[in-house]
Amino acid sequence: MKEKTTSSLLYLDGVSVSFDGFKALNSLSFIVEPGELRAIIGPNGAGKTTMMDIITGKTRPDSGDVFFDGGKIDLTKKDEADIAQLGIGRKFQKPTVFESHTVWDNLELALNRKRGVFATLFYRLTETDKARIEEIMTTIRLTHRRDELAANLSHGQKQWLEIGMLLAQEPKLLLVDEPVAGMTDAETAETAILLREIAKTRSVVVVEHDMGFIRDLGVKVTCLAEGSVLAEGSIDFVSSDPKVIENYLGR
Amino acid sequence: MITGFLLRALEGKIIIAAAILVAIGLLVPALNLLMPPESALHIPTYIVSLLGKYLCYALLALALDLVWGYCGILSLGHGAFFALGGYAMGMYLMRQVGSRGVYGDPILPDFMVFLNWKELPWFWHGMDMFPLAMAMVLIVPGLLAFVFGWFAFRSRVNGVYLSIITQAMTYALLLAFFRNDMGFGGNNGLTDYKEIIGFNVQADGTRAVLFALSAIFLALCLIIASGIVRSKFGKVLVGVRDAESRVRFLGYRVENIKLFTFVVSAMMAGIAGALYVPQVGIINPGEFAPANSIEVVVWTAVGGRGTLIGPIIGAILVNVGKSYFTGAFPDLWLFALGGLFIFVTLFLPKGIVGTVQQYLARRKDFARAADSDGARTDVKTEPAPAAAE
Repeated sequence: MKEKTTSSLLYLDGVSVSFDGFKALNSLSFIVEPGELRAIIGPNGAGKTTMMDIITGKTRPDSGDVFFDGGKIDLTKKDEADIAQLGIGRKFQKPTVFESHTVWDNLELALNRKRGVFATLFYRLTETDKARIEEIMTTIRLTHRRDELAANLSHGQKQWLEIGMLLAQEPKLLLVDEPVAGMTDAETAETAILLREIAKTRSVVVVEHDMGFIRDLGVKVTCLAEGSVLAEGSIDFVSSDPKVIENYLGR
Repeated sequence: MITGFLLRALEGKIIIAAAILVAIGLLVPALNLLMPPESALHIPTYIVSLLGKYLCYALLALALDLVWGYCGILSLGHGAFFALGGYAMGMYLMRQVGSRGVYGDPILPDFMVFLNWKELPWFWHGMDMFPLAMAMVLIVPGLLAFVFGWFAFRSRVNGVYLSIITQAMTYALLLAFFRNDMGFGGNNGLTDYKEIIGFNVQADGTRAVLFALSAIFLALCLIIASGIVRSKFGKVLVGVRDAESRVRFLGYRVENIKLFTFVVSAMMAGIAGALYVPQVGIINPGEFAPANSIEVVVWTAVGGRGTLIGPIIGAILVNVGKSYFTGAFPDLWLFALGGLFIFVTLFLPKGIVGTVQQYLARRKDFARAADSDGARTDVKTEPAPAAAE
């Protein structure tokens, strides 16, 4: 196995992938440092979701390197379950929680414990685990709905529950796909605060279309277009870039 | 570890259901053996065998429900595991016939003598030993499920495609077992049994014990299934059913979860088949027929998939209906079965037990809402999450 000497948490170099001749990613290079909060913007079809698919092992790249944890781990050799256990959590665009389980059970399943068949078959909820679930429920403000089925939560609450599940997983890197789509303005502002808080203890990559939300986050922004990086820098720098205006903002 | 598993398994309704099953398992044989035939309470032997058959079907439906109702794998080939368990038992029973067969050969079953075979095929060796034969009841269906599931789940075959290949699997086995040179009696299957561990299979006492065993094994498997679905593993199982990719991205190996459940389920189906064969007195390739497996799906849907009691009730009700219909209007049974499936799909998508549970839960919700009238705040005005981790 190749190793890269890099201090970055996530390292993508020259990653390309195409589906039926359509180049979804075109020699994409992208680096996330430990503890960094990064926003990704870009028009539809820019390759944002494909990039997340590659990082989480859902899609294999045709060429290029994907390394995690200071270049120690080659992610292209791992599958989804491995990568999740290595410490990369992913929030989907559409809130994806276990609708027929309660809020509590959703978090219990996400908790970073042994994932094997027999370990789960004979698992017993310990006091530590209980305390951890309580703590996460407080963070995402769902304590009063702990015994409610996830199906009965509002859209915003489902988004938060999913973020809570990712916290329970204790990842080093969190990939968050459009967390505020369909949220009210108040919920959007609170979500920005929540994500900034989370980023204090781990790296977070947020894909979003909502420019107001990106501005709220106030972090380094990467703009993707046609499968590669168009511009990178502060929100003001990126949004004044003529290429970005032409490709994305101007539309 | 095991005690925690059992404590969870034996929660509330499951204890009652298991106790009822064991009570039926003792009561029916008692009424058959102890009551004089002229008494109104006497249960004739043919009814005991018929009820025993229903219990085997109930166990098969429970096995299917574990993979379909809880894990979302619609197997249309569960009849194959049932039939394989049945054949393992059938082989044992054939070896017990000994020289009492029509041709009187001390070793070879009648159909082999008829086919002019000179010696036992290798896979018939040892099948005269009860413990080995009973191990095969579990091993053969379990191994088939393991190999099949290993390839299917690893290559992420899902939904309709998986259902179709399970159907193809049972059909392939049907064709294979029809062939005389497979060594399983071909078209006629295995029948004309005499003894099971030294007892006459036709005797009332033996039939009563077989009935009791069917009830006890059904109760045992119900407890095991309950332990599985109430554990954290069971919650993961439902997660696989409802949001497979979420489970995968949480770091669980979905293929192993499915494989374990599929194998356990196949073994339960094998036990059901093994208990079924001595009670009906025959096993033939017809048991592999795709239509049989589909019928199991109907029982489970009628009773309520995703509930543990549902498939048991569904299997018994539909089969009581079948016994009645095929007696009274033999031509109409398939129409009735098809109609029932459509009716349940349209009007009782959760099945009988699921609908009752939903009704009870809703009543409890109303009661709760009435208690805290007006106390609930509107969801939309609820506070946003605090920013502390």
